[in-house]
Amino acid sequence: MINSNHNTKSECKVDKIPNKKKQEIISLKNIWVSYDDINVLEDINLSIYEQEFLGIIGPNGGGKTTLLKVILGLILPSKGEVKVFGRKPEENREYIGYVPQYPLFDREFPISVEEVVLIGRWGKSKYFKSYNQIDKQKAQEVLDLVGMLEFKNKQIGRLSGGQQQRVFIARALVTDPKVLLLDEPLASIDTLLQTGFYELLERLKKKMSIVLVTHDLTAVSIYMDKVACLNRRLFYHNSKEIRLEDLEATYRCPVDLIAHGIPHRVLRKH
Amino acid sequence: MMELLQYEFMKNALLAIILASIACGIIGVYIVVKKIVFISGGIAHASFGGIGLGYFLGINPVWGIIPFSIISALVMGLVSKRTKIPEDTAIGIIWALGMSLGVIFIGLSPGYAPDLFSYLFGSILTVTTTDLVVMLILDLVIIKVVFLFYKEFLALSFDDEFATVIGVPTMKLYLLLLCLIALTIVVLVRVVGIILVIALLTIPAAISKQISTNLKKMMFVSIFVSAVFGVIGLILSYQLNLASGATIVMVSVIGFLLCQFLKLCKR
Repeated sequence: MINSNHNTKSECKVDKIPNKKKQEIISLKNIWVSYDDINVLEDINLSIYEQEFLGIIGPNGGGKTTLLKVILGLILPSKGEVKVFGRKPEENREYIGYVPQYPLFDREFPISVEEVVLIGRWGKSKYFKSYNQIDKQKAQEVLDLVGMLEFKNKQIGRLSGGQQQRVFIARALVTDPKVLLLDEPLASIDTLLQTGFYELLERLKKKMSIVLVTHDLTAVSIYMDKVACLNRRLFYHNSKEIRLEDLEATYRCPVDLIAHGIPHRVLRKH
Repeated sequence: MMELLQYEFMKNALLAIILASIACGIIGVYIVVKKIVFISGGIAHASFGGIGLGYFLGINPVWGIIPFSIISALVMGLVSKRTKIPEDTAIGIIWALGMSLGVIFIGLSPGYAPDLFSYLFGSILTVTTTDLVVMLILDLVIIKVVFLFYKEFLALSFDDEFATVIGVPTMKLYLLLLCLIALTIVVLVRVVGIILVIALLTIPAAISKQISTNLKKMMFVSIFVSAVFGVIGLILSYQLNLASGATIVMVSVIGFLLCQFLKLCKR
């Protein structure tokens, strides 16, 4: 669509990240979702490319979880088209790793950390067979990666919120997904641990795309390649820059300043 | 004590308790961890329609209750998940529908309905060899299916949304689980009756959940717990001349309260 030769203006945007023929893995075209005639998502267009870290910010109730569920094929849009690796989401779920916001589980459920992660291997296992050595090996690897290996025999409900979060990330990673969807992952993580969390994502990014949704503006990070704002409509310029007018349109109120941890800046100087 | 075992009906009653404990121990675990107690109660009550159908057709009510409970399980599962009717409303309606059909069938049947009361509240001392064979076969079916789908039922019970995301056919498995609940109700109907069945489906599993670290262990513990309650209830009901089903339920409830009390003391 964008013809680079057409760009006659000399001042080209520095922060625009060129897509060096990165493959598009998820595409949403003109997506509308409504519950009982109330629109939750309006005309969403979004492309997610390989090995890209996209942050989506927006207020609570802005449709962030719904958008993720559309990508997962859990919610059928009333209009529009979703493609995951060129096919319907439900046909390509094995490529998606999903970390839900508050996993809907019973804290007293008798299940160990390792068993939780093994559930993620379901798609790679066979019917009528239990999980094999390869599955267990893989579960160990991802638990090690998220730093939870020592807790593998613990009952999941005995862990802290942040530890549970890491187990659910491991559960999502255990199938080697091509894209990782994270719904408000920082809600249960201590601010001090956030850097460690982002470093983990940075390592993961070499192997997969990451989509992180959050209502928390301070969660926008230097590690993100692109940032979009969502409040029923998506404000997105395929770049890392957030425009103040988009933020204000998203949050429906003036946004003063986005204060970040020091060494990075998402907004242009203004 | 041992002289009780000389009676044929006592031997049958004890066997019935063991067979019932296996079914409710295994399936009760899923009912408790997946928190589907209400729909299970609904299936149990709706299956009264099958008992009525059995009387109406002049056959053993067991042959009416098996298909009827399975059909009501499937209808409840589908209506509550696939329509816009809220789940608890759908269950409530089908619950009452099944029971009313049962009452109407019985009303239409010629003569009166012998031992109708025993299907409602259980009558463990009148269990026949045929009943025991039916219970044994249903137990084997339940064990086999749970053994084959252990992974899938675990994924479904722990976090069904995530299970759906990774491609587990959660809806089909949920319906299969409801059918197993229906079969378990058939196994338990002679012991405690359809009205009281929900006690055995929840209490032993709820107790074993407190001390178990995984589902398999939880199943074995709850089989053991329900067998113990069953035997104590049976002996008490015989010696005190009380209704057997209700006595077993009372013993279970007291056992549950004791466990809660012990848990409080431990803290």
